[in-house]
Amino acid sequence: MTAAPTPMVRGLSTRLARLPIRRISLIALGIAIIYGVVAGTTATLRTGKFDTHDWVNFLVQGIARGSVYALIALGYTLVYGILLMINFAHGEVFMAGSFTAFFVASALAGHGFLDRQPIISFVILLLVSVATSVTVALLLERLAYRPLRGAPRLVPLITAIGASLFLQYTFRGLYGEQAQAYPEIDAFQGTVQIAGFPVTKEQLIVIVGALILWLALYLFIERTRTGRAMRAVGEDRQIAALMGIDVDRTIRITFAVGGALAGAAGILYVLLFNQVNFTMGFIPGLKAFTAAVLGGIGSITGAALGGLILGVLEAVGPTLFLTGTGIPSAFQLTPIVSFGILVLVLIFLPGGLLGAPEEKRA
Amino acid sequence: MGLVIVILAARWLGQVGSSPLQHGGREHMRKLNRKGVLVVVTVLGLIAAACGGTSGPPDACTSDPFGCVEVGAGEPIKIGSLLVITTADASLGLDSQYGVELALDYWGATDFDGANGQIKGHDVALQAEDDGCSAEGGTAGAQKLAADEDIVGVVGTSCSSAALGVADTILGDKGIVLVSPSNTGPALTDPAKHKPFYLRTAHNDKLQGATVAHFAYNELGVKSAATIHDGSPYAEGLANVFAEVFTSLGGTVTAQEAIQRGDTDFNPVLTSIAATGPEFLYYPIFVAEGGLITQQARGTAGLEAIALQGSDGLFTPDWIDAAGAENAEGVYISGPDLSAFTGDVDFYNNVFIPAYTAKYGPPGSVFHAHAWDATNMLLTAIDQVAIEQGDSLFIPRTALKDAMFATSGFVGITGTLDCNDDGDCQQAVTIAVHQVKNGEFGDPIYSEASTLGG
Repeated sequence: MTAAPTPMVRGLSTRLARLPIRRISLIALGIAIIYGVVAGTTATLRTGKFDTHDWVNFLVQGIARGSVYALIALGYTLVYGILLMINFAHGEVFMAGSFTAFFVASALAGHGFLDRQPIISFVILLLVSVATSVTVALLLERLAYRPLRGAPRLVPLITAIGASLFLQYTFRGLYGEQAQAYPEIDAFQGTVQIAGFPVTKEQLIVIVGALILWLALYLFIERTRTGRAMRAVGEDRQIAALMGIDVDRTIRITFAVGGALAGAAGILYVLLFNQVNFTMGFIPGLKAFTAAVLGGIGSITGAALGGLILGVLEAVGPTLFLTGTGIPSAFQLTPIVSFGILVLVLIFLPGGLLGAPEEKRA
Repeated sequence: MGLVIVILAARWLGQVGSSPLQHGGREHMRKLNRKGVLVVVTVLGLIAAACGGTSGPPDACTSDPFGCVEVGAGEPIKIGSLLVITTADASLGLDSQYGVELALDYWGATDFDGANGQIKGHDVALQAEDDGCSAEGGTAGAQKLAADEDIVGVVGTSCSSAALGVADTILGDKGIVLVSPSNTGPALTDPAKHKPFYLRTAHNDKLQGATVAHFAYNELGVKSAATIHDGSPYAEGLANVFAEVFTSLGGTVTAQEAIQRGDTDFNPVLTSIAATGPEFLYYPIFVAEGGLITQQARGTAGLEAIALQGSDGLFTPDWIDAAGAENAEGVYISGPDLSAFTGDVDFYNNVFIPAYTAKYGPPGSVFHAHAWDATNMLLTAIDQVAIEQGDSLFIPRTALKDAMFATSGFVGITGTLDCNDDGDCQQAVTIAVHQVKNGEFGDPIYSEASTLGG
């Protein structure tokens, strides 16, 4: 960032940009956000409207939904780490698996199998969802992205947005535009006590499931030959190819792994929210992308961390920061709270929490 | 008169052209002159023709600030619809759309023959657009309709958010009359916000919100209630009217919250509401979020067993699907009382509903009759103001709007329609409350008649 000083040719705007004013105003904004958070929190805690029980409840809800964001975010971060490309259609990969498995779930529920064999049913749903998402992700890579591999970076980005809409409306054509409620699995209802606090079984399954999947991915990337090949392609595609790595195959695997995680996230998501429709991938996709940026895009641990933080912020944030201030409709301001914190993090850590240093990206 | 001017001007032009003064080197200039004169003559001729020449449009068009829609020989009269026909709320709009289609079919006929009726020898054609149940959708759809200068009037929108300050303004600015079968948001006909080309055959939620409050306080006997809206004028209007009336009855409103459309996790807001301990939760919102709140309220400590209430935005089997039948069980839903229509009820039960069911299956929502009435009101007004001239038909826009607002004692299906200056055509309505049983809305368990004036 320290360019050679050439005052003669440096334009006015550049000079302005280099004045500390910009930095100072950013820091002032940061301080304003921190002040708002602290003041709001104090005010809320003083009202005493919520007890410890409620706060733990919010926290667990946040971790549960954050786990889903994290799983989707892993797909963004994997593809970015290897192709330096934001796959904006990833939310639709998630939707495809979840929506397809709905029909299997309702068939299983219709025959009573879902409640008689909840574990087998759950595994079947997981497999269907993962298989669908992987298929969609691979098709996406083959048809939409591979032909553009040499193109400028903006081209695949726009293609991804187009692919996202294409997938949404394809699935609308296939499955209809109604919102559908997933049948509930009776065995997963109810709560368990953890350290004296009740946690619903569904939340527990989501959190544990996400943790296992994240761990599996981490080991896969760090400990296997394929994982090493993926890291190598991410580092430098040409050199990796010279070293005898099949780049196309590695990229395919990356999309397949991202798709599989999205498919699994699709089933965990419906445990929490029970509802599917053709636009369901858009918002979680956006949140997951945010989570990936928050954690430092390209970093696997960062994506998981970013997802959890975003989830907790969304669940706890409006209640903790806003209800005490007497602002009407605090819960409508959820995105402002979570994105305000995102801005705060990016002011101080432009590369995200665990992101690579700035000059390596670009 | 116009013709005379044109002839005189042409003769003068002829004289100028043949003037002996102009010759030789002045040829060039003469040509220019002639061209200029031609322009002047043409303009004069046009003005003259517009002033009432026998071949121009009728006086009613020139005096109308928005002019006329001219329907040429053999061309159809085009009306638009702007209803939510996609997304999770599609069943709400499609139900109205079918009401419009049936009304066009039945117009001027005595049966449903599948062909649209005619007005003064011209077919009536429908251009259907989508309001997306949002301000964005309403903007896009209304702009598309407003860009078509042949559109005479529009039946829509489904959702108040698509009309308020959006479709009512975009279409009104072009002098296109907009009549809604299902906008119930009070703001739309609030004198401070009402747009001059907007009317509705749906009830005003000042009445529905009050009925729900009466039902909760008097019928269910609950003394404390909480509300959730989604920021749309419809939901916010209903939640506010309910809270106002419920408080005036002596009840306590423990929390008034708002959510974001498109959100999926309502546990924080529900937990927050549960902490205030209401006996009754009113969320007059739409299908997707309404389904999720129904599910999640059942799983929120403190809200598992309290009474849940929605309104006509949820009055569709799609909401039961979205919530899951076991979660929807026992929820109260308000809407227009279809069994208390005061209009042509025999026709509704014995002709309309069988024809609807035969063509589209069982109704997906509760505003098909309002759409039928809105369409008939529009067609009647067109028939009243359309001027036949030669083979063409001229429909003055402001006169059409005035004819709509002058609607009085119009017997429809839903009742007798009398439009007031603010665009409310339904002065007396009966709102019913249904309770979901075995995955169906069933018959009303409570019904209340009220009038706008009182």
